[in-house]
Amino acid sequence: MGWHLLRGWTVLVYLFMFLPILVVVLLSFNASQFGSFPMTGLSFRWFIELAENEAILRAFRTSIVLGLLTSVISTTIGVLASLALVRYNVPARNAISTLLIAPILVPEVVLAVALLLFLNALSVNKSFGLLLAGHVIFTLPFVILVVQARLVGIRRDVEEAAMSLGASPVQTFFQVTLPLLAPAVFAGMLFAFTISFDDITGTLFWKPGGVETVPTQIFAMLRNSISPEINALGTVMIFLTAGLPLVGIAIARRLALKRGG
Amino acid sequence: MTVEAREARQPYLLLSPAMVAVMLLLLVPLAFIVVYSFWLRTATGADQAGFFLDNWREALSDAFYRDILLNTLKIAAITTLVCAVMGYPAAYVIARSRGNKAVLLLLLMLPFWISYIIRTMSWINILGASGAINSALMWLGITDAPIQMLYNEASVILGLVHFLLPFMILNIYVSLDGIDTTLEDAACSLGATRWRTFLEVTLPLSLPGLAAGGLLAFVLGAGTYITPIVLGGPTDAMFANLVFEAIITQLNWPLGSALSLMLLAVLGALVLLYNHFLGMGQLMKGLG
Repeated sequence: MGWHLLRGWTVLVYLFMFLPILVVVLLSFNASQFGSFPMTGLSFRWFIELAENEAILRAFRTSIVLGLLTSVISTTIGVLASLALVRYNVPARNAISTLLIAPILVPEVVLAVALLLFLNALSVNKSFGLLLAGHVIFTLPFVILVVQARLVGIRRDVEEAAMSLGASPVQTFFQVTLPLLAPAVFAGMLFAFTISFDDITGTLFWKPGGVETVPTQIFAMLRNSISPEINALGTVMIFLTAGLPLVGIAIARRLALKRGG
Repeated sequence: MTVEAREARQPYLLLSPAMVAVMLLLLVPLAFIVVYSFWLRTATGADQAGFFLDNWREALSDAFYRDILLNTLKIAAITTLVCAVMGYPAAYVIARSRGNKAVLLLLLMLPFWISYIIRTMSWINILGASGAINSALMWLGITDAPIQMLYNEASVILGLVHFLLPFMILNIYVSLDGIDTTLEDAACSLGATRWRTFLEVTLPLSLPGLAAGGLLAFVLGAGTYITPIVLGGPTDAMFANLVFEAIITQLNWPLGSALSLMLLAVLGALVLLYNHFLGMGQLMKGLG
């Protein structure tokens, strides 16, 4: 009895989380002029208009370039730091760990203001560079947390075996450690990319005038009213940010299975 | 250099890029806005360096800022409470279900991957004048004209709950999943009812997760300015909106610095309090 009630509640909670998102997807196929009910028919016209909207395409390019650069830089720095934290007996490890995750303990608005004002004082104005610096520092803690969690599972004796068989430290890193690290690196990059791609709170502070990422573009479009085009853009984003990681997980599973078998 | 010395230096080499990034892009900038908050914006628009208490006096004594700060904390508190009440039973079901646990967990991760701005604006489709609820009500003939459900405090809280609920559920789940179920079995076999077992064994053991989820929901909720812009009315500004206004719209950076630091002080105090009593371990479990 009690268990059924709890399950019913859980179903309602999941519906609450997903129904509004499903409605976005549904309405993006609405043939009507207005981005709302009633549905007058199914149509792809809003996706076609999206593909022809120069501003939106530019926003996508900006978001993708920013996300890729962020994920490469953030993951490189993050993997190195995680290696140090997991592999070595670093004195004051707890203090260092806390320091490295500090960017997510500070409210993002405050981080955004501090970075904007400080870099401006160093005459780095609102620019792509500022945006990149902000995204790197904001994604770094997430990368470190995810990569550390994966690193703990990698055994050290494989590396020691390689070394004792005469491999140099550099050879060992590239031929033994790095392949073993690949899933952790991949997870870190994916995580950093999705966070960067989704960010709006800091981005609105850092972006130069005229430059839009996809979330700030949606935000600007919302100023008018909700149009079917926004729903269509939302649908594309949902498939990109939720679909991509799902494919990523599938690939990672496949890789793990292959290695295991 | 000896092998030992090189070995001892290695972790610092590996750590240095991350440490330098956090120093240069977070700690020094934070120290810088402390200094900046004592500068003064002049009529010409240039900021005058110096030690002026004007911004702090304005930020701390003006009833306008105080009221919005209190209202922000209230909204964050209600949001956190609603998330806890909605999320706890769901987290319990996920932790104790057998067959479809993996599916439930995967579904729980999905909202994290769906853009915050899209999840927020999705409520306009539901609550708006021609949204799902109003369309249904008018089609059923219950009302003739759309009911105004958007652009008030309740819709802001709804949007925040929708954004933060997955954080809450995930954190509670992590701590419920770590509970040794034999403890519950022991309580039951010693004659406790299931309800009493829950209240005296399960709930206390899951409090760290509830606290971690609560901290995240409160801090993220109290620091937002996008949700009030998208789902709130003109009078529903939260404290971060004031920071955004001061920095981006009015370009009053010294005042904006003081307001940012106020927000940091209030929310930072909560994080420190949490760290003092519970440590960061639980929070990291939920995030990683």
